[in-house]
Amino acid sequence: MKILVPIKRVVDYNVKIRVKADQSGVELANVKMAMNPFDEIAVEEAVRLKEAGTATEVVAVSAGVTQCQETLRTAMAIGADRGILVESDADLQPLAVAKLLKALVDKEQPTLVILGKQAIDDDSNQTGQMLAALLGWPQATFASKVEVAGDGVRVTREIDGGLETLSLPLPAVVTTDLRLNEPRYATLPNIMKAKKKPLDTVKPADLGVDVTPRLTTLKVVEPAARSAGIKVADVAQLVDKLKNEAKVL
Amino acid sequence: MPILVIAEHDNVGLKAATLNTVSAAAKLGADIEVLVAGSNCGAAAEAAAKLTGVAKVKVADAAAYAEQGAENLAALLVDVVKAGGYSHVLAPATTFGKNVLPRVAALLDVAQISDITAVESADTFVRPIYAGNARATVKSADPVKVITVRTTAFDAVGTGGSATVEAIAAGPDLAQSKLVGRELTKSARPELGAAKIIVSGGRGLGSGDNYRAVLEPLADKLGAAMGASRAAVDAGFVPNDYQVGQTGKIVAPQLYVAVGISGAIQHLAGMKDSKVIVAINKDPEAPIFQVADYGLVADLFETVPQLVSAL
Repeated sequence: MKILVPIKRVVDYNVKIRVKADQSGVELANVKMAMNPFDEIAVEEAVRLKEAGTATEVVAVSAGVTQCQETLRTAMAIGADRGILVESDADLQPLAVAKLLKALVDKEQPTLVILGKQAIDDDSNQTGQMLAALLGWPQATFASKVEVAGDGVRVTREIDGGLETLSLPLPAVVTTDLRLNEPRYATLPNIMKAKKKPLDTVKPADLGVDVTPRLTTLKVVEPAARSAGIKVADVAQLVDKLKNEAKVL
Repeated sequence: MPILVIAEHDNVGLKAATLNTVSAAAKLGADIEVLVAGSNCGAAAEAAAKLTGVAKVKVADAAAYAEQGAENLAALLVDVVKAGGYSHVLAPATTFGKNVLPRVAALLDVAQISDITAVESADTFVRPIYAGNARATVKSADPVKVITVRTTAFDAVGTGGSATVEAIAAGPDLAQSKLVGRELTKSARPELGAAKIIVSGGRGLGSGDNYRAVLEPLADKLGAAMGASRAAVDAGFVPNDYQVGQTGKIVAPQLYVAVGISGAIQHLAGMKDSKVIVAINKDPEAPIFQVADYGLVADLFETVPQLVSAL
């Protein structure tokens, strides 16, 4: 079974982002970039399925600028067998990415696609569901457990109010939630090995996909700042403030 | 052109998130229709018909929609949207809406605008990005705007309406994903997403037993929902559906009491729109104090019981 793992290069989750002064977006120059954490979980899950003998090949794919190659190398250091970059300087929005991925799925014919439930930059939470729709495949989003058995996959999903388990026929799309696994750290030998793994590059036009954005960002601003309030001395003062000043009790 | 709101419901009634979504739709200034797709969902449809501002309720009642599976729902929605000539399709940005709506958008070949917090005009919306550390104003060029709504950003609509209820034909059962089972957290407390007061605990509580022993009396006293930081969830104190934050639930209650929570940026993203924030933490440098209206630097194990008896 072949697994395709789409990954996104985003601002590292430890970086405190800054909004550009001209309100055109978020400052990305000289900012540390990394693999979207949810996608890292997806790579780890795919690699574990390979190590368990369930999967035979793990292909990591990414769409974006040339530097996404580094992100693909990280995926290969975790254990992906090869990488494909759809190289583009365009603003790639979820629908366009889903179309690019569909074209790659048509070519690669994986049995399972595993990807992060959302990217921590635009927080859209769309690409996996859109890809499943375009392929006409079943989907299981927000997975906290994935078990492949025979020609199906059983996925436990994190939903509002608890957990839900679905059984899906393969091929299928699964999106990962935080508690699916804890990704390993890539070891130095594996980082070195990853440099020799195959990495192909294609362009959106090669895949026949129009990636023109549908949404225009008019402006990006800082959220209204919440200022620190006061420190109260004790419980009595706290209760007094809540009752008489904030009037929430 | 009318607007379609996808109801989140459990067949017998509407989920609170539906009321906020109708409220967001009302800002667009056109007729609002609500789609209730379910199985034996007449009661939910009746509830939708009573919402203020709703002109019509369409009901697709079939076994295929009993478990709200994404594939069948999306297929139905695409047909309904195409037949109804809707300008906008809205669903709450809950795990229900997030699961289904992007599938609808892709099948309609339009973008989705996720998690909107404000409506600027019929095609322009505000949404948080980077865990709420920036707000983007985006304009859609698509003929149909497919939107998920951050429920905490819009007040719930009231009741008192009397919309017509119309049955529509169900689509085919695609028989793709199948529900095996659900483990829902049973609680007599209010729903986290709709609660007026939330008591939330972090790693400072030390264990799941402490979480319950210390926080439950406070939540009982306040009639509050209970939440937690990711650290507390990862440490196994409470199940995941307690999690407040960028990747958990986004909440904005009247009062948020953060106990033993340091205030990681991802947690703040989930609660900083609360009206009043109280933080109890023994570390005076904890980032939570930078957003708290009232901070109490103290040992939570002594302070919280005192607070319970003082209330």
